[in-house]
This record gives sequence, structure tokens and C-alpha cells, in this order.
Amino acid sequence: MPLLRRLAASLPLMVSLALVGCASDGGGGIQSQKLATIKARGKLICGVDGKLPGFSFVGSDGQYTGLDADVCKATAAALFGDPSKVDYRDLNSSERFAALASGEVDLLSRNTTETLSRDAAGGNGLSFAPTTFYDGQGVMTPNASGVKALKDLAGKPICVESGTTTELNLADRMRELKAAYTPLKFQTGDQTYAAYLQGRCVAVTSDRSQLAAKRTSFPDPAGHTLLPEVLSKEPLTPATTNADPAWADAVRWTIYALMQAEELGITQANIDAKLAEAKANPNQADLRRFLGVEGEFGKQLGLPADFVVKAVKATGNYGEIFERNVGMGSKLKLERGSNRQWKEGGLIYSPPFR
Amino acid sequence: MPPSSVSAVTPWWRNRRLIPGIVQAAVGLVVLVVVAFLVGNLVRNLTAAGLLLSWSWLGNPAGFDVSETLLPFDASLPYWRALLAGLVNTLRVVLLGLVGATLFGTAVGMASFSSNGLLKRLARIYVELIRNIPLLLQLVFWYFVVFLALPNGTSAIQLPGLVLAKSGLYLAWFSDLWHLQWQGPHLDGGVWHAPLRLTVEFGALLTGLVVYTAAFIAEVVRGGVASVPKGQWEAANSLGFNPLQTLQRIVLPQALRVIVPGLNSQYISLAKNSSLAVACGYADLYSVAETTLNQTGRAVEVVLVLLGSYLVIDLVISALMNGLNRMVQLKER
Repeated sequence: MPLLRRLAASLPLMVSLALVGCASDGGGGIQSQKLATIKARGKLICGVDGKLPGFSFVGSDGQYTGLDADVCKATAAALFGDPSKVDYRDLNSSERFAALASGEVDLLSRNTTETLSRDAAGGNGLSFAPTTFYDGQGVMTPNASGVKALKDLAGKPICVESGTTTELNLADRMRELKAAYTPLKFQTGDQTYAAYLQGRCVAVTSDRSQLAAKRTSFPDPAGHTLLPEVLSKEPLTPATTNADPAWADAVRWTIYALMQAEELGITQANIDAKLAEAKANPNQADLRRFLGVEGEFGKQLGLPADFVVKAVKATGNYGEIFERNVGMGSKLKLERGSNRQWKEGGLIYSPPFR
Repeated sequence: MPPSSVSAVTPWWRNRRLIPGIVQAAVGLVVLVVVAFLVGNLVRNLTAAGLLLSWSWLGNPAGFDVSETLLPFDASLPYWRALLAGLVNTLRVVLLGLVGATLFGTAVGMASFSSNGLLKRLARIYVELIRNIPLLLQLVFWYFVVFLALPNGTSAIQLPGLVLAKSGLYLAWFSDLWHLQWQGPHLDGGVWHAPLRLTVEFGALLTGLVVYTAAFIAEVVRGGVASVPKGQWEAANSLGFNPLQTLQRIVLPQALRVIVPGLNSQYISLAKNSSLAVACGYADLYSVAETTLNQTGRAVEVVLVLLGSYLVIDLVISALMNGLNRMVQLKER
């Protein structure tokens, strides 16, 4: 029930600001309180959408799957060596930041666009990890509507989820086109797409990946088309809060590890062989450091030395995660596009593990 | 022992004036300390996070659109105008809801005294059914099941001067009052246009609030009328009053003393329940505030604005109803 969930999400924020917040006065130094809390709890609490096929979706077996869910699993594996040690919290787009700020979730992996105001300490005060999916905002219409371009939507109602960047981008683009329109805002994706399918809106707007994902669960997926226009840049990025830089680093480098693993050709299948190779050959210093055979990268992050091995073993490298959940082998059938490795002309780029 | 020496040796812990005073002072002190601790913590932690209360963001351009507004609004106007537009939308649905719920609720309440068995039963079934289903579910039902099932475009329900379509209710209105020229709804590019328009979002919210609150008001009215002794009806009857006169001159003046205080709390509930508008996509104060909160990250300030607005709305309703209450109470001379 959205109202209860919203209450549950915002109440801890207010209460914790008032009561628990004083606890953060102590500590300091390199020691991360968040990491200590998570380790003591023995589970990672991960905020996800939960209703978006390909990103985070509860299957018929009750298990979460998807690209966003895999980020949670990889992080849990890096922490505990076990990808199942995750408690998922389904959050809607309005309650996600309050849930993160209040500490109700440790990590927000919920197709969230990285923006200045969300990152800035004077705004939402988030700390963004590496972008896991480079997306753009699109508009979907029923084929029967006859809408061929954005300007055809002048004077027509458009469904949009409230509290998203898509809401602002839509306002900006339509203002540029000098096209009046009626935004119909709903609190959850379910309501938004229900109203669209009922024919209340001539179009629905969201990230192109999300539109493609939702379309797979429509009664008639072939009856709906994405307009050619891309309204905005939408780098979908996991996030933690500004409050704990050490925890943010641990998440950041776990995700970089998945990207670096793809670049080095390390996969879920060959990770054990690569590890054995690194252990046997002292000359492969890069590989040995990356897999934690030597050096102390893990220790510097507050993670086990072999966190890279555990993460890749749990979910595979970034490319495998992409293909399995949203790529051509999945129901969504999305191209790698901008999400290719930098060596292939994409934007996926891990800084060196040194 | 003489009485005077008893009072002289009464120990202080049996003092009936001192002890309650001390207890009240102690409880008051504890409450003060807790409040001071909470506020102090809030201020300290907000300062540490660099988020101390600031209202300058209210003047920044909102950047989002509000779908239906009585005041002119576009995305380049500041946040406070967006919040104001939301507040006006809330007031609009609350005012119409109060009127509708009162009329409908009174009718249903009176129907339960009807000598017509069918009407009486229907009124009881309605009250029991509606009172026992959560309002949020009812709103979702009205919006997604009833209103969004309406036909659209050329197949919309068309009557002279009135069109009911999936996008809303369209009414004819005078385009030129002086020459009594009026303009009816017309279809343009698959979209209906008319001088007067109510959206289905507004319709669903209003219907949901009226139907829900009317069930409670019906019970208040029924209780009030039932509180008037049967002898009053009989006496009026024997004096030759007809049923309408009896109701108007004898029963209602007495029943209102019981009804008005009960109505007050139902009216306040309706105003607060209007914040469930997000369930059916209506751009009320809560919906606009939620978007504002997300865009600005100013959680504490936006929540304060919300708290303040609903508090003022409810206090105004309460004050008006208390005034009405004083008017209908027995005047002692």
C-alpha cells in the first residue's frame, strides 16, 4: 500500500534526524560506521524498484532478478562472500531518497538518474557509484494513436511517474516545442502504466529501457511503439549517502570490479581458472592485485581481500550481467549501445586497480 | 485529638494542593525537556548536514507542470506558486466534497427512517458496505474501474450540451454572456474541448470522498434524529403538523444539537482524506508537495508546509463548525 510505505519511509527520516542522528557525532577516522553496521547485521539492505523486468523483478520463484538486483548481489558477495545475503526493499520513486537518507536502506540500486541536485550536499546529498546503465528518456504511444513525433502530443494527456527526472525533462522539451500538454502524475509505476493501458493518456514517458521492460508485460507488446526522440540523458546509477564516504567507496569499487573483470575477460565460468593462474604465476602482478592474491586493495576498502573473486563468482562480470538481464538474450532485447566497454566505443570504463 | 492539631501535623505528602501541583510541574518539565531535546537534535544534525531550514528555494522556478489549475500556472513559475496551485486544488475538492457529502449523507440518513422498506434497506446496506472498505481502495476503484472505463473520442457519451468521456466531463457554457451565445463541447483532433471541464481524476476523487464521507454523515444524522424522543413526533402529529413541518420545526432543531458536533469531525476527516488524491492522479497539495520534495530535497521544509496547510484548513473548518454549534445549541435565557 503506497501510503503506508511512504509513511514507513519518511517516518524514520524524521525520527532518526531527531533521535539517532546524534550517534554519528562519534567515530570519525577511516573506520566506516555503515560498513560496521552492515557487517554486524550480516545482511545488506538494498533499495530496488522490484516491479521492473530486467532491472529488479520478483520472479514466480520469489527471487529478485535483474541488473539492479545483481548490483545488490555482487555487493553482498563482496562483503560476505554470499550473494543471497541481501534484504530487498521495494521503493517507489518518491520514497527512495528518504529511505536512503534515513538509513533504512544501505544501498539504492533502483534505476536512479544521476543529477547535480541529487548529488550535491545542499540537494539530496547522495553519493553516486559508477553508472550501471546509460539510458535516455523516451516516449511510448499505442500504434493506433497515430502519434509519430513528440510535437503530435500537443494538447494531449501524457502519463508520467511523479518525483522523477522524466517529469522535469518532459516539461522542458514541451516548453521548447511550445506545445501545451496535460501531465498526469502517478505515484507508482503500476498506476502510471495502468492509466496508460486504460487509454487515459495518449503517451507514457520514462527511461527507454523502462518502457521496453514494461512493454514486455503488456497484453499486446507489439501494439506500442517508442517515439524516435530521446528527450534526455539518463545515466542510471546506484547510490549511497554522502554521510559515509568509506562505504560509498566500497560500493563504487565493487561495481568497477565487475566492469574491470569484463575488460580483462574474467567471467563467472573462468574465474577459478584465472585465480589459479594468478596464484601460480608471480609475474602476473596486475591480475594478482585485481584478484586479491597480493596487495591490500580489499583491506583499504574495508572489504575481504578476495572481494573481486566473490563478486564475479556471484553475478558474472558487467557484460554477463547486462546480457542476462536486459541484453539480446533476455526478454528486453536491448542493444549494448553506450553500455559497451570503452575499448569498443562505449562508456563503460573502470579506472585502474592500482 | 482536636481537629486543629490534625491539620497542623498533616505531612506534606498528604497535601492535596501541593502534590498535584508538583506532579503537574514534573510532567510539564519532562515534556519540555523531551521537546527541547528533539528540536535541539534536529537543528544540530541539520546544521551538520548543511540542511538548516531555508526557504529561499520557494522562489526558484519549479520546472514541472501541474495538470489542472484554477490559477494560471506553468513550469517557469516558482515553487510557492506550484504549492499554491496545489492548495487551491485541494480546497476545491474539499469544498465541493463537503457540500456533496452533507447533502447525500443527510438524504441517506433520513432514508433510514423511511416507511418504504426498500429505501430503508438500501440505505443500511450502503452505509455498512462503504464504511467497512478502506477509502484508498475505493478511490482506486472509482478511478481505474469506473471512470477510466468510460468510452473515448467519438464514442463518448454525448447529450445536448454535455459530453462524458474518458478524459473528463465537458459542459457547454456561455461564450458571450451579453448576447447569450453559448458554446457546446466539440471534438478536435480526437480530443474533446469545452468551456467547462472537469477531469476524471477530479471526478474520481470527489466521488470517492463524497460516497465515503456520506456514509459516516448518514450515521451521524440518523443518530441525531433518533435522539429526538418519539413523543415529539406524536405531539406534532396531534397538533396537525404534516411530516415535513414536523421535521422542519420540531425534530431538526433538536436533532441538530446532536448532529453538528459529529459533523465537525467528519468534515475534518474529509479534508485530511483529500490527500489520498495521489491514488488517482489528481494534482492536489500533497501531490505537488511530493514532487517539490523530490526536486529540492528540502524534506523538512516541505513537510512543515504540508503540516501547516492541513492544520489551518482543519482549524478553519473546526472554527466554523463551532460557530454553527453555538447557533443551534439550546439558548438559555
